[in-house]
Amino acid sequence: MAGERLLEVKDLEVSFYTYAGKVHAVRGVSFHVSRGETLAIVGESGCGKTVSVQSTIKLIPIPPGKIEGGTVVFDGKDLAAMSDRDLQSVRGAEIGVIFQDPMTSLNPTMTVGRQITEALIKHQKLSGAQARRRAIEMLSLVEIPNPKERFRQYPHQFSGGMRQRVMIAIALSCNPKLLIADEPTTGLDVTIQAQILDLMKSLQTKLDTSIILITHDLGVVSKLADRIVVMYAGKVAEAGSSEDIFYNPLHPYTQALLRSVPRLHEETRRDLLAIPGTPPDLFVPPKGCAFAPRCSRTMRVCLDHQPGDFAAGGHHTVACWLADRRAAHVREAHAHRAEAEDAGARGGAS
Amino acid sequence: MRLSSAQEITQDMFEPLRLGTGEGEAITRPPISYWREVVRRFRRNRLAVAGLVILVALLAFAFIGPLVSPWDPREQSLFDTNKVPSREHWFGTDNLGRDMFARLCYGTKVSLFVGVMAALIDLVVGVIYGGISGYFGGAVDDVMMRIVDILYGIPYIIVAILLLVVIGPGLWSVILAMTITGWVGMARLVRGQVLQLKEQEFVLAARALGASHLGIILRHLIPNAMGVIIVQMTFTIPGAIFGEAFLSFIGLGVPLPLASLGTMANDGYQYLRIYPYQLIIPAVAIIMTMLGFNFVGDGLRDALDPKLRR
Amino acid sequence: MVQDTVLEVINLRKYFQFGRRAVLKAVDDLTFSVNKGEVFGLVGESGCGKTTVGRTIVGLYSPTGGRIVYGGKDTAGLHGAAVKRFKRRMQIIFQDPYASLDPRMTVGDIIGEALDIHGLARGRERLARIHDLLNVVGLSAEHANRFPHEFSGGQRQRIGIARALAVDPEFIVADEPISALDVSIQAQVVNLLSRLREERGLTYIFIAHDLAMVKHLSDNVGVMYLGRLVELAPSAELYRNPVHPYTQGLLSAIPIPDPRIERERKRIVLEGEVPSPVNPPRGCRFQTRCRHAKPVCREEDPKLKPVAPGHLVACHLF
Repeated sequence: MAGERLLEVKDLEVSFYTYAGKVHAVRGVSFHVSRGETLAIVGESGCGKTVSVQSTIKLIPIPPGKIEGGTVVFDGKDLAAMSDRDLQSVRGAEIGVIFQDPMTSLNPTMTVGRQITEALIKHQKLSGAQARRRAIEMLSLVEIPNPKERFRQYPHQFSGGMRQRVMIAIALSCNPKLLIADEPTTGLDVTIQAQILDLMKSLQTKLDTSIILITHDLGVVSKLADRIVVMYAGKVAEAGSSEDIFYNPLHPYTQALLRSVPRLHEETRRDLLAIPGTPPDLFVPPKGCAFAPRCSRTMRVCLDHQPGDFAAGGHHTVACWLADRRAAHVREAHAHRAEAEDAGARGGAS
Repeated sequence: MRLSSAQEITQDMFEPLRLGTGEGEAITRPPISYWREVVRRFRRNRLAVAGLVILVALLAFAFIGPLVSPWDPREQSLFDTNKVPSREHWFGTDNLGRDMFARLCYGTKVSLFVGVMAALIDLVVGVIYGGISGYFGGAVDDVMMRIVDILYGIPYIIVAILLLVVIGPGLWSVILAMTITGWVGMARLVRGQVLQLKEQEFVLAARALGASHLGIILRHLIPNAMGVIIVQMTFTIPGAIFGEAFLSFIGLGVPLPLASLGTMANDGYQYLRIYPYQLIIPAVAIIMTMLGFNFVGDGLRDALDPKLRR
Repeated sequence: MVQDTVLEVINLRKYFQFGRRAVLKAVDDLTFSVNKGEVFGLVGESGCGKTTVGRTIVGLYSPTGGRIVYGGKDTAGLHGAAVKRFKRRMQIIFQDPYASLDPRMTVGDIIGEALDIHGLARGRERLARIHDLLNVVGLSAEHANRFPHEFSGGQRQRIGIARALAVDPEFIVADEPISALDVSIQAQVVNLLSRLREERGLTYIFIAHDLAMVKHLSDNVGVMYLGRLVELAPSAELYRNPVHPYTQGLLSAIPIPDPRIERERKRIVLEGEVPSPVNPPRGCRFQTRCRHAKPVCREEDPKLKPVAPGHLVACHLF
């Protein structure tokens, strides 16, 4: 049950070969998903979160993309070594995918019903009538009103939120073990986002599917994730349980990310922490820690040496030199300063 | 953890650094302007470069050819009719004894002139008409586009033939015949571009800053529509050359003593069975022109399309 | 303290004609005012008309009805040079940092255009001003020769801000300036806007769908739904005591980046979706999604009325 690993990705390396040279998009990423859990992969655009996950089932365009190394084991099978043909039966049947833009991922010239039954007939070898019954069942499962009527309609007759529900219905129709949700609510309004997130949560408990949630929205993460992987510039910066990441973030990037968003529930107005600068261009990957130029606690070692993963209790790991025992004095100095600042802020506010 | 590097890491490296701000803002890639990027992409397209080479060769042929050849394209010689290509007459002579090489240079020049003039007229009329229609929109646009629809519905060959019958043949008559309905394509294209561009936020920003209509058109709309306009022109030129050739072939082309590739092909066609080179040579020239412009046009379209940027 | 009202929007309406028959009532009978130096937040979901309000205020759209009074003058009465002067006082920042900068122009020319239009600086002085403005938004002089596509989203957004600042405005409509940006970059832009407000005494209308950010930045907040203002209140009051069922649902829908709080929160989930603004529901426009809808809500359109000082709501329940 829990703890048993469904997907294990190790040392994944992915590059894109463009006219100007190689863009090293994913630089040695490892993560795993256990059965029944939700893993959130968090990061900003260009950090490699989507590429990492899509590479596991070879959804990235090859070329210009190229998977340069790493192992991917899904449910005991080595996906990296699998032929495209075998992989096709894994995609859709055992791993379902929802993309950010439901408009472009649905075929506008086919009825919604046919798009659901297509996968069922292909992967589950259902007859037309069976597939139809199952598809209508799926549409009602994702809480689309009048599923029988909706079955015959085209994507343009659906609103954005309803289209995303259709995508979820398609992705889950073959009872996959893993659902990859790539920014599933990014283009949607908040009230619709809330509906979709509620739906995903209830479906997960109903169907016992594992989920990889790719997102940049920390709010969405806090609602759904059991574990979190924070990515920055093609590497994993920090990984741990949701509690670890939200309440004991160790990587300066994670800390800054959490302090850069305003919180609705807080009464006092706190200054937002802006992270200066922009993420590096992975056209020229940095020699040391990729976050060093934007970090407030950069040390000399950070500039030239890439930090490894330091264990921080349980499954919590952080790729930052501050976690090295030799940096203890820097950690302490920072803790003192933060305390003093906090006290100062409190004193100033009262 | 990578242990290989761990050995070099010493305690003294764990000292905090004060980094200057703004270091994260540096742009590492070299600056590339839009047009330089276009040139780069164009050059990577082999077919487009081949097209460009063909066009340059044609231009050289049309303008340098007459300097090399000792013959006058209009000079007839009844003793030298229908000579096959030789050292003296490189492309042979026609049934009136005129040197085919000199005549082909001349014909190419006339054909190119017709093509370029037709494209320029299309450009001016089409850009102004389409620009006004698209920019002001609403009722203005409705009326102007209905007119275009009507013109578009009339087969241009009929208009051209009627026109040539009424005003009589001549170089400018042919150009006029090509452009009288030809500009509607450009007008539609420009209107579409302008409609799309004028709602872009950078145009709204210019309006919010108080820019005048003319300022917006000159500064934002035209430069951004330029790519598409240039591509359209590179397709209009061969279209007009081909149209002229067609009119010449049915006897309505540029009148003597002028010559164009079309009239030469028409002349050659009459002696096809006996002297095939008289048709083949101008036909090859026409084909080369078509290919050259179309390759360049395709290459430009790919190079100028911002959606294809990587 | 008496606050000066700098902008008054009175019964503003903006309709768009679609084809022969259909009329999209993007903004319908909107009234609010903005005080000098404040940040007025305007929130709502897509299609609620908030962007149209912003664009109408800066004069990009002409209103179908109602008045926009800026600095005591009705903007509809401005002509010729007066319009140009008005445009110097009020500027707009756009949502999409990719579409809001002309791809064919260098950053220097994009900012310089503002100077050129109003003849503010020429030659060497123009260049110096451009460099100054780049510095103000945290970029450097060497960026002036670069093209927009070479910048990241946050940098482009700051270039857009520099362009707006070039004419030295006193009022800025910021139309979703951060919704297209990454989280770590959003704070950069928001902090920049805050700093500029302090340094230059700017007044903002901050349009967004991110209620947390609006709360963070705004003094007063207006909530829009289908072209109407449904609730208007001081920022803290609105979040502490949301009155309109839509505001309650909207606030409740926002996930909070804190798992413990998120787990314990009581949720008010709004059912259904926003109806089409071309054919809005009769009576209260929110009645189709409202859990408290009464018969009167289906018949009569509620008017904005005060429930507390400075707190107005358009709902039959109050």
